[in-house]
Amino acid sequence: MTATVERPAEIGQARKRKEDAHLVTGRTTWTDNLTLPGMLHLAILRSPMAHARIANVDVSSARRRPGVIGAFSGQDFKDVQGTIPCAWPVTEDMVNPGHPSIAVDQVNHAGEAVALVVARTKAEAEDALEAIDIDYEPLPVVLDMAAAVRDGAELVHSHLTSNKSFTWAFESGAAGTGGPIEDALRDAEITVHRQFRQQRLIPAFMEPRSTVVQPIGEGVTMWSSTQVPHILRTMLALSLGIPEQKVRVIAPDVGGGFGGKLQVTPEEFLTTLVARRLGKPVKYTESRSESMMSAHHGRDQLQDITLTLTRDGRFTGLDVHLLADMGAYLRLVSPGVPILGAFMFNGIYKIPAYRFVCDGVFTTKTPTDAYRGAGRPEATFAIERIVDEAAAELGVDPMELRRRNWITHDEFPFTTVCGLTYDSGNYEAATDRALELIGWDALRAEQASRRAANDPVQLGLGISTFTEMCGLAPSRILGSLLYAAGGWEHASIRMLATGTVEVVTGSSAHGQGHETAWSQIVADQLGVPFEDVEVIHGDTQSSPKGMDTYGSRSLTVGGTAVVLAAGKVIDKARRVAAHMLEASEDDIEFAGGTFSVRGAPGTGKTIQEIAFNVFAAHDLPEGMEASLDADATFDPESFSFPHGTHLCATEVDTETGRVTIRSYVAVDDIGEVINPLIVEGQVHGGLAQGIAQALFEEAVYDDDGNLTTGTLVDYLVPSAADLPSFVTDRTVSPSTTNPLGAKGVGEAGTIASTPAVVNAIVDALRPLGV
Amino acid sequence: MTQLGVTVDGVAYRDDVEPRMLLVHYLRERLGKVGTVVGCDTSNCGACTVLLDGRSVKSCSVLAVQADDRDVTTIEGLADADGTLHPLQQAFHDQHALQCGFCTPGMIMAACDLLRDNPNPSESEVREGIEGNLCRCTGYQNIVRAVQAAAKTTAATS
Repeated sequence: MTATVERPAEIGQARKRKEDAHLVTGRTTWTDNLTLPGMLHLAILRSPMAHARIANVDVSSARRRPGVIGAFSGQDFKDVQGTIPCAWPVTEDMVNPGHPSIAVDQVNHAGEAVALVVARTKAEAEDALEAIDIDYEPLPVVLDMAAAVRDGAELVHSHLTSNKSFTWAFESGAAGTGGPIEDALRDAEITVHRQFRQQRLIPAFMEPRSTVVQPIGEGVTMWSSTQVPHILRTMLALSLGIPEQKVRVIAPDVGGGFGGKLQVTPEEFLTTLVARRLGKPVKYTESRSESMMSAHHGRDQLQDITLTLTRDGRFTGLDVHLLADMGAYLRLVSPGVPILGAFMFNGIYKIPAYRFVCDGVFTTKTPTDAYRGAGRPEATFAIERIVDEAAAELGVDPMELRRRNWITHDEFPFTTVCGLTYDSGNYEAATDRALELIGWDALRAEQASRRAANDPVQLGLGISTFTEMCGLAPSRILGSLLYAAGGWEHASIRMLATGTVEVVTGSSAHGQGHETAWSQIVADQLGVPFEDVEVIHGDTQSSPKGMDTYGSRSLTVGGTAVVLAAGKVIDKARRVAAHMLEASEDDIEFAGGTFSVRGAPGTGKTIQEIAFNVFAAHDLPEGMEASLDADATFDPESFSFPHGTHLCATEVDTETGRVTIRSYVAVDDIGEVINPLIVEGQVHGGLAQGIAQALFEEAVYDDDGNLTTGTLVDYLVPSAADLPSFVTDRTVSPSTTNPLGAKGVGEAGTIASTPAVVNAIVDALRPLGV
Repeated sequence: MTQLGVTVDGVAYRDDVEPRMLLVHYLRERLGKVGTVVGCDTSNCGACTVLLDGRSVKSCSVLAVQADDRDVTTIEGLADADGTLHPLQQAFHDQHALQCGFCTPGMIMAACDLLRDNPNPSESEVREGIEGNLCRCTGYQNIVRAVQAAAKTTAATS
């Protein structure tokens, strides 16, 4: 592996963020803020029916409304709209029905686009939607996954033969990564079987999605509220046939994503189609209600899980069968989400035999795709819940059962039953710290006394000892999983004449603080002031290469690309320094931003002096280009595996059912930390979303397939009053798969917290037979 | 059309507006005050919060004409003319109380009103006081810290 980074001055500091100045003063560049000369506004009519044939669409009256420039049905675009791409066909025989951006003759979920109006103002466009007549012929809805895969079920897509998109299977005996699962099931001394439900969630990023498209000749410039400007650019080329070199995508300020903006959306395609047809710039900004029913949802799995153990509490096998709801269509990585979870059901445990089988199922609901954690929260919930259940059946303390089965710190690197190699970790240390912080023994004593007193408010203690895989992803592994693209990341560093530095990154931040963290990395690497580093991202013209931000990948993959680019700059500068100092390159040392001749301190040249010398180019080494700039692309060999122990104490009122989180302790091990302030913020936000899954949020459909939680009135995104303060701490087991030693933190809190809270509630109620 | 005279961030405006126009749309579309944002259509998220005669309102639930003859302060008018940040803006930066920053304008304006009523709020008073404003990034912990830190700064300087 690459050499480790030298002792840092900036790395590890709680630098306040460079990003904040314009955000706290309202000098923002959200896509919806943009107004171009002559810009028109798109409004989308969405289907009120979950499943219906479209007999007729009449937009003629809408065309006559004031200010209306164009009104369109699906028929107007059926030959040119292509399909929303699915980049992850998880099996060779996966069925993909195709995903029109606007329905042509059938709608398959409520909220699907069925007609479009483009007008001078947004209000005029929305008013004109009322003048559109559509005749629907209702079809039976398909809402229940288990029923949808039975023989004779009503079909979502009538041209297909079933509602199953794929079956993806892994078995450790066949894969050679462990024993045969059938043997483990047959020989089990204890078998614990449970069914868990991962409810459907809505990412609910605060900034509604918005897109502005400006057609320029054959090409387009698109501003979009997206996590993935680079992927979007390529997909606009592949799906709509616009030459890639003529597509520019800009992600300006982006107001959160959480996976929800890891997408190539119907709205982006439709805005492009109408803008090109009319030859005018067009803006589309969704309402929150539109967002809730048309932006992709997350989770939604039925989990059937069996854990086998010996009588003394050693795990012998794990058998997982999933139904995963794809919704009506496959979007960018919909099928891949449960497959990411396939490698995580074994969690932190040594399990000799493992099977995972997942059916991807179509229903007449909004498509699902990545949401914070993407597959890993589902897996973590299942394993952490069933370990608690097994402990209860065995009559063993749940932490003791974990200790008997987890990978110990001296066993790393450890290759799991899935064939993944965990890089580093110390579950004992994180657990000990968490137990100490929460005051575990005192809480257990209080729990016992409340139980003895038959207190109506019972206390429950929940454990989640989790790991996850971060740093998506080694391209070789993505290829073996049939993902269409790679998982590398790109960076460029440009030394300017005045000695300041531009860092171009292919990561595309939308709240993560990359400008600050990347500046800290480069400041250390090049020995330049933090303030002198400018980080450029989110525009395919200024940052032409990248794989964007998701999957807790940006620091471990994108940050490493920055480190590698900096190394190349230093190599070039060393050559110039040797020339300027009339020394051999081998005798040049670099430290703290200064190149000097070994053994001759005080003779050095700063990197800024060298940058100016190269800019002037009067006297360069023979044959050297007048540039210190460098590019680097990093493709990780393996993932990194952060872990942690989260403990939750809840009070449950047995008379009202009210749950109150009394304390929540999160001890995370995410390897080396660049900026502890940013890390803490990521943990807090992640916890809020995972706790919300446990206590507050669910996307609910009625019997007709209407989303009944289609606004923030009905879908409970927690407020400050709904959440507790969290106690956070860290242990440090540096990653061995990147030179920063960093793991990932963006998803950890969300992955860990849902089972911690649910385990606590079950623990409170277990004596009552729950 | 109805005539509207309103002062926004210290500047007097006079405009003809449709009676149905919401204050937030007037601010964004007519005045270019795009620092104030729209996050929902049910008055739940609070992202559009501004001060109307010094009290916080969700500008998506106020008609532009209701601001006639009144004084509106948005996030863009909160800092001093010389660029010195308002104590809440500074505290949000210092305490890492924002990530994507989309909720931040509304959150800060709501907190302004909270501190006017209660210059020294407890943690739970802050949590209750800003419950009409949603943030999806921070888990609120650092927002609470920031509001309490701003309260201290304000007390120290007044």
